[in-house]
Amino acid sequence: MRDEPLVLGIETSCDETGVGIVRGHTLLADALASSVDQHARFGGVVPEVASRAHLEALVPTMQRALDEAGVTLADVDAIAVTSGPGLAGALLVGVAAAKGYALAAEKPIYGVNHLAAHVAVDTLEHGPLPEPAVAMLVSGGHSSLLLVDDLTAGATPLGATIDDAAGEAFDKVARLLGLGFPGGPIIDRSARDGDPASIAFPRGLTAPKDLAAHRFDFSFSGLKTAVARWVESRERAGEPVPVADVSASFQEAVCDVLTAKAIDACRSHGVDTLVIGGGVAANSRLRVLAEERAARHGIAVRVPRPQLCTDNGAMVAALGAHLVAAGVAPSRLDLPADSAMGLTAVSVPG
Amino acid sequence: MLVLALDTATPASTAALVEVTADGLAGVVERRTVDPRAHGEKLAPEIAAALAEAGFRPRDLAAIVAGVGPGPFTGLRVGLATAASMGQALGIPTYGVCSLDALGRAAGPGRVLIATDARRREVYFATYADGERLTGPEVAKPADVAGLLQGAVGASLPAGVLVPGGASVAGLVDRAAGEGALKYGDVFGVPVEEHLLHPPGAALVAIAADRVREGVPSEVLTPLYLRRPDAVEPAARKPVLT
Ligand SMILES: [Zn+2]
Repeated sequence: MRDEPLVLGIETSCDETGVGIVRGHTLLADALASSVDQHARFGGVVPEVASRAHLEALVPTMQRALDEAGVTLADVDAIAVTSGPGLAGALLVGVAAAKGYALAAEKPIYGVNHLAAHVAVDTLEHGPLPEPAVAMLVSGGHSSLLLVDDLTAGATPLGATIDDAAGEAFDKVARLLGLGFPGGPIIDRSARDGDPASIAFPRGLTAPKDLAAHRFDFSFSGLKTAVARWVESRERAGEPVPVADVSASFQEAVCDVLTAKAIDACRSHGVDTLVIGGGVAANSRLRVLAEERAARHGIAVRVPRPQLCTDNGAMVAALGAHLVAAGVAPSRLDLPADSAMGLTAVSVPG
Repeated sequence: MLVLALDTATPASTAALVEVTADGLAGVVERRTVDPRAHGEKLAPEIAAALAEAGFRPRDLAAIVAGVGPGPFTGLRVGLATAASMGQALGIPTYGVCSLDALGRAAGPGRVLIATDARRREVYFATYADGERLTGPEVAKPADVAGLLQGAVGASLPAGVLVPGGASVAGLVDRAAGEGALKYGDVFGVPVEEHLLHPPGAALVAIAADRVREGVPSEVLTPLYLRRPDAVEPAARKPVLT
């Protein structure tokens, strides 16, 4: 296969309809349509609403991506699509459309893993990924630590959340503070005016007894409840809730745990590169704290720019291009959407 | 003109090729997998197999006709996403046809109830006279269909034909077709055409044939959902302190 394949990627695993086009490690187009506003009043993504929005958005989003890149479907070397994990109905829209494009344009199709795509997207910004690397993927749908020995072959899950995803915790805390949805960017903004040390919120799964069984796992449910308790007792006492201090202290608790465990994962596996992806990677405090702690141990932190951290089509295209360049066989036209897709394979085997 | 017909509004994933001529149409090939959870996996391979079997390539297609439901949403969207993406890739028009209309047309002469399985113990249904839609499409519990039809078509029926109360649709239609009619045959109380369960590709194309011939502009394929998404706005936050 060629070194710099032209690959188109389609992403529909949650509430973003993304179509990206890359040539090798070069991003040519990244078109996105989001149904986030339609979910706001429900305080979280409603799967059926997301699926309906994907179907409406796909064709126009594809057109924007093709126009932006100045290419046609006939030009591309392969089409990549998120096969999983994600919302089943939402994934199916993207997979069906990708098959339609691949079938009509007579192109190979790659059904790829969404988490691996979050890792691969960094290559668009920082070039080939040094391997092995540790990847921390944090968003509203996932919170995982992965050991990446070879991005072509798969990744080894080191740990994941045992309850809420990190982004979910941001959403829930933003809601109980009456700040809106999605919570990540709102809390980040609110926290800027607060004191992160003002309230000592718990750090889940960091006590010695928890570390024995859950060294690289996360838990954010207890933190969310602790914030709710704290806010409620203030309200009951008739005292004002210091929203900025609560935001900052909550954010500090999340970022403290995430970065401590990510650095621990790097050190215990002798890895000197940490890649961070997912919507929560856009959090300003997480970036700063990760850099600070990693520097102390000679670990390089790679975080793509915020638009590439959240779900998008470019990340799928980037992983597709990596697979094409490595000569990995494409998937077949009967490839499934797999809402619980694991990381034993980075793409659906042909 | 070679036309691809797709339908995923029932447990069937149907892909058919139909040749549309100036004054008629001829079925070329029809392929179908019946599995309510396999649309996402089976439809595209069925299309590829249909093309290969007939010795055509995708670029030979002049238009795509897709059944827009009503049908269970997840499967329905597979057909429409596939049709829309193929149409875009090939630069050919896509046309939508109510999936029940294809069954109604295929059912032929007489008054026919078409009912498909809407899950949750409900059916999607519409009625037809000589292949033309009279009422619907709607979604309802099988036992409520007769009452809804009496309100809708009762006025046009001769006096004395109405069946007061009861769930049977006898008197309102002569027979029924579709897998919902088969499943709830005892409720409807009319003969069921057991061979006509899924929208035939040729009937879909027949309904859109004039649009194909006249080169009507491509249509955005919008599903006939008939139901709103199940989603509830969160209630006020529950206290965590005891
Ligand atoms: Zn993601």
